[in-house]
Amino acid sequence: MAVVSHEFKELRLDGVSREFGALNALKDVDLTVKRGEFIALLGPSGCGKSTALNCLAGLLPLSAGSIWLDGHRIDTLGPERRGFGMVFQNYALFPHMSVRRNVGFGLVTQRRPRAEIERRVEEALALVRLTGQADKLPGQISGGQQQRVAIARAVVVEPPLVLMDEPLSNLDAKLRLEMRAEIRRIHQVVGGATIYVTHDQDEALSLADRIVVMREGRVRQVGTPEELYGRPTHPDVAEFMGYRNLLPSVAVADGNLLSVTISGAKVRGVPIDATPGQVTVAIRPEDLTPATDAPIPAKVEAAEYRGRDFYGFARADDGTALYFRSEARVAPGETVRLGAPAERVLVYAEAFAA
Amino acid sequence: MSVPELAQSGVPQRASHHVPLRVRLKQRGLDGVTLLVLPGVFVVLALFVYPFLYGLLLSFAPKEGGWLKNYAAFFADPFLYGTIFTTLLIAVPATLVNVLVSIPVALRVRLMYRQRLLTTILVIPITLGTVLVAEGLLTYLGPRGWLNRVLIGIGLIDHPVLLIHNYWGVFLSLVITGFPFTFLLTLSYVTGIDPSLEQAGAMLGARARERFWRVLLPLLVPGLTITLALSFVQAFSVFPSAVLLGAPSGPTRVISIAAYQAAFEQYDYSMASAIAMIMAACQVVIVVLLLAARGLFYKGPASTGKG
Repeated sequence: MAVVSHEFKELRLDGVSREFGALNALKDVDLTVKRGEFIALLGPSGCGKSTALNCLAGLLPLSAGSIWLDGHRIDTLGPERRGFGMVFQNYALFPHMSVRRNVGFGLVTQRRPRAEIERRVEEALALVRLTGQADKLPGQISGGQQQRVAIARAVVVEPPLVLMDEPLSNLDAKLRLEMRAEIRRIHQVVGGATIYVTHDQDEALSLADRIVVMREGRVRQVGTPEELYGRPTHPDVAEFMGYRNLLPSVAVADGNLLSVTISGAKVRGVPIDATPGQVTVAIRPEDLTPATDAPIPAKVEAAEYRGRDFYGFARADDGTALYFRSEARVAPGETVRLGAPAERVLVYAEAFAA
Repeated sequence: MSVPELAQSGVPQRASHHVPLRVRLKQRGLDGVTLLVLPGVFVVLALFVYPFLYGLLLSFAPKEGGWLKNYAAFFADPFLYGTIFTTLLIAVPATLVNVLVSIPVALRVRLMYRQRLLTTILVIPITLGTVLVAEGLLTYLGPRGWLNRVLIGIGLIDHPVLLIHNYWGVFLSLVITGFPFTFLLTLSYVTGIDPSLEQAGAMLGARARERFWRVLLPLLVPGLTITLALSFVQAFSVFPSAVLLGAPSGPTRVISIAAYQAAFEQYDYSMASAIAMIMAACQVVIVVLLLAARGLFYKGPASTGKG
């Protein structure tokens, strides 16, 4: 029986660390999650996001730190005593049980009365729109339906926290978009907090209230999707948020801004944490556009049409690779002058190591 | 696999809308490579099917009397038909002990890092063979063997416990030689279960005991019945340890001893064949019962379909 109730206020991770031998898979992670929040843990593979989720679930013991749900310390409890719901990457449906029994499993272990189990399983199946499939085995339904069963099974016990480990990574692109909307809807209906692990920034941006970007076992930045998209605080985060142009440069002071040199041309940008000297400049391809008065001359090497705009790849005179967007047609071999508005050019002190 | 010689010989070119016979055969998995099965078929015929049929026919040609005389004689003589129960009395408990002990051990070993060392240690008794193990046990378990001397030495017992030349000697040797086999089979079935299923059970509030009964065991049942069947067949055909460690004229007079005596003490090969056929029938009945029971359970893969 779960010792924690649905009606919690906040979940707090306090210096959570996990080592595998000499490897720090997770290092000093602090995070507070409020009830009703949808949090995405975002990062490349090996960044520690799945380790963090497994530590929260209780499937991995911590090496240091503690996890608190309101006043209760829960990191010392086994997974079966935390009462969290979890959606596994491979769904982990019990292959020998019907959809109905899979969904009802958590209620059976809680020793709920039979009538209540039946009613709540029906409700959960209706929530994920699977009412007609209740008596099939998991092997008899499609991947998208299995996904829905896994979600229904996790939320039917009304857990305070639902943990999802890259739940959409095994689905095709169309289904992925559909399920994304479903997951957000179900999160709102269920009302607890959801922690969602993903390496897809689109997924994180569209689903989450707050995103936790991780890198090498540490939290790099926590913020709303808007904050992360517009003002990443670190070149790593910028790269993850689609700042494809990450260029080493030298900056000099220019009023409140910084003036950086790209292939000999002067470009003005916003200092995130940089001071004059060696810096890293981050610009999204969408913000780097051709104009007759733009500062950086470059030769187009490739361009592709993406519906409204053209996205291109060009080389500046000193060989710097630049990804840009153009409303007008551009062709390989053409020379363009590229530039970006100063507020869309971010300047970091740290070097970017790809 | 292209087999041009076969393609040219024998199969004439028909009208172009006909699919050539060679292609149609290949679609059914028959091509030149299929011929590689012939040596195997020959070996099975020569070493298994022929002796079996020979023995079956021989058993219906008794030294004297009608064609069923041997079978009638077997089931008329308690000294003979009793061996079935004697054998079952040894084989069934030994099989059950092996399978029941191997489940928890396999569940634990599944999580170990140095599985290979352990499995190597366990495979050794299999490679040594039953005779060597029986010889070893004879001295180890004997009245003046290490076990009794230690037990007396630490004051646990006053007189040596009798563990050889009786039921327990045979039983113990079946456990020792049979367990590694049973365990390795069980381990392979246990490791075939996706570990995330148990984790999912835990996340849904199931304690270890509940996870075992509701998740692991139902997925193990098909594998366990196969393990039971194979272990049982091995134990049922016990011979060397029943002679060496048991009391072959009394409590451990198993059915294979009866067949041996008929063949090599009475020189009645026909009777011996009949006993061997009865022995085979007993094994088939048990195995069929086990497999029928298996049909009542879920038999699909022990992990979720797509993933």
